[in-house]
Parts: sequence; structure tokens; C-alpha cells
Amino acid sequence: MVRLITHNLLACHVKDCNTNNFPLEFKDAQIELRETEFNPEFVRGIIPKLEWKALVDTARELGDTTLPLELPEMLDDDFLKNLHHVLLEIHVEDGVMICANCKHVYPISNGIPNMLLAEHEIG
Amino acid sequence: MLPTPDLSHLSTDDFEVVYEPAEDTFLFLDALEADAETLKDLKPSICLEIGSGSGCLSAFLGNILGPSVLYLCTDINPHACKCTEMTGTQNKVFLEAINVSLAFPLHDRLKHNVDIILFNPPYVPTLSNEAVGAQSLGTIGGAWAGGMDGMEVTNTFLQYVEQLLSARGRFYLVALKQNNIPIIRQSMLNSHGLRSEIVLQRRAGIEHLFIIRFHREKQD
Repeated sequence: MVRLITHNLLACHVKDCNTNNFPLEFKDAQIELRETEFNPEFVRGIIPKLEWKALVDTARELGDTTLPLELPEMLDDDFLKNLHHVLLEIHVEDGVMICANCKHVYPISNGIPNMLLAEHEIG
Repeated sequence: MLPTPDLSHLSTDDFEVVYEPAEDTFLFLDALEADAETLKDLKPSICLEIGSGSGCLSAFLGNILGPSVLYLCTDINPHACKCTEMTGTQNKVFLEAINVSLAFPLHDRLKHNVDIILFNPPYVPTLSNEAVGAQSLGTIGGAWAGGMDGMEVTNTFLQYVEQLLSARGRFYLVALKQNNIPIIRQSMLNSHGLRSEIVLQRRAGIEHLFIIRFHREKQD
């Protein structure tokens, strides 16, 4: 399953595709929501590693509008819980991820993102 | 002693297509256990395993470090990715599997952001064709066929380790004596400024196996 935390770390890696290659756009995403224990320490710790705009935009595309456009200065529990949900509980089980730049399609099947490239696409 | 991860959910059919934990895996587990306290002290937030296979190593690391860590696992073999996720579930660690060679789609976003990297590479010296073929097909041979000096796949990844490691990050690598460990360590120091130690070594049948730990800072 591709959780949005992982999606937020994946960029297109086709040869010479270096700009506008992140975030990948979901298409035909089949979503499953799976409850996970709330761990505020983990969520706080991962915030500095996130590309905030990419996360918010992706969550909104998938129908979750709980995150603010700007990362708040005060990280209260409500905010952390919403972030926990977006990062860890929204699972994309099927569908594809498409590079906005080169249009390469990365399929997700049985919950596993297939990021393999053909020989001629490797940098 | 920490228990070896539970792999009872995997069958002999799985191990036809995915590397079954063996002496090299167990030596790696022992090395992680020996370093358990220092690994916890790092307070890692992101761990990455290259070529996770059954998921045994990352599940073990997950039991040491607990749930406040993101465990990313890559493998060229889609069956291995599935096994990795299942092993995570079985051992109550969330392992995030990505079907890819090494860590290429993560390089941009994880620059100097990975706290612990594990790699049990295909280290057996073979013909170069054999290694290249197995890597492009993503078959079980890709788990061991290492090409010239057993270093063809490892050398590709070694170029990127420094870019991925966080300031206090650590990289653990399995190597065979024939892989020429002094040369690996010297070139990581000269080309990338990464120091190293041998954590453990063991003879297992015809293999003389080593676990090497790389990092930036000086250590006692």
C-alpha cells in the first residue's frame, strides 16, 4: 500500500527528467482507510522531512481537505491527528502515479508501487 | 537476546522466488543487535533497506527501534516486496515496500535525510552477464549474483550512500572477503569521506562474511 508519507518521498527518476518531476500525480486511485495508532512523536519528527505543499495538494486531490495550506506554527493535537490520518491512514491500493513532466506512468498493483524503469529510461 | 523475526507466514513457494534468510542474514541481525543501543540513541526517523527480500532485516530493526520510525524497503523483485510487507504485518512493524532498483526515485527527497541504511547486496562473484541479467529480470538470482568481484551492484549503490545519509546516519553493508573489503573501505573514505568499522565477521561454509558500518563522524 502506498501511504501518502511514501508518496511524498517519490520522484520520477526517468533519465533526464529533472524538473517538475515531483510530486507524482495519482490517477484512478483506489483508496482504503486503515486505522493506525496515533503516535504524535512520529508525526512531529517527520514534519521537517515533508514537502508540505505537495502533501496538501495530494491529500486534496484524494478528497481530504483537513490540512491547512501553510504549515501552522503551533502544532496542536488536532492538527497532528489530521496529519497522522493523511500520512499514515490513507492507503492507495491500486491506480497509477504519473510524472507531470515526462508523463511516465508508475502503476500501483496489490498495494506495491512499481517504480522500475525499462533499460532505455535509466539514467 | 532479541528474537529473530517471525517468518512463519512465508512458504517454501515464497522462498522459490525470494531469498530465504541464511547465514548472511543472521550475521546482519547479530550486528544490528550488537549496535541496538547506539541505533536507538540516534533517534532515527527514516530507515531504508535496499533489497529487502523477505523483510527479515527491516522487521528486526523495527523491533529494536519501534514505531516512531519510517521503514522504507526497496526490492527489484515484486514478490519480495509483497513478502516484505507481509513480514512487517506479521511482526507488527509497518514496512513500506517499493518495487525498484536501489533507491533511485528517493534520491531527490531523501538527500541527507536517511538515518539508517541496510544493504545485504548480491555479493557472490559471477559473470557480469549473470548479474546484469538477474537485476533486469528481478528474479531470485538478483539476490546473490554480484558480477565481477561480486561488486557490480554494490558499487553502483556505494556512489549514492553519502548523498542519502543524514549527518549522524549509519550505513550497514554485508560483504564477502573476496569483495576486497580494504578497498571498499578506503574508497568510501577517499571518495565520500565516510569512515567505517567492521562490526562482525564470520565464516559460514565457503563464505567469509563481514558486516561493515559506515558513517561520517569519528567514533571511539
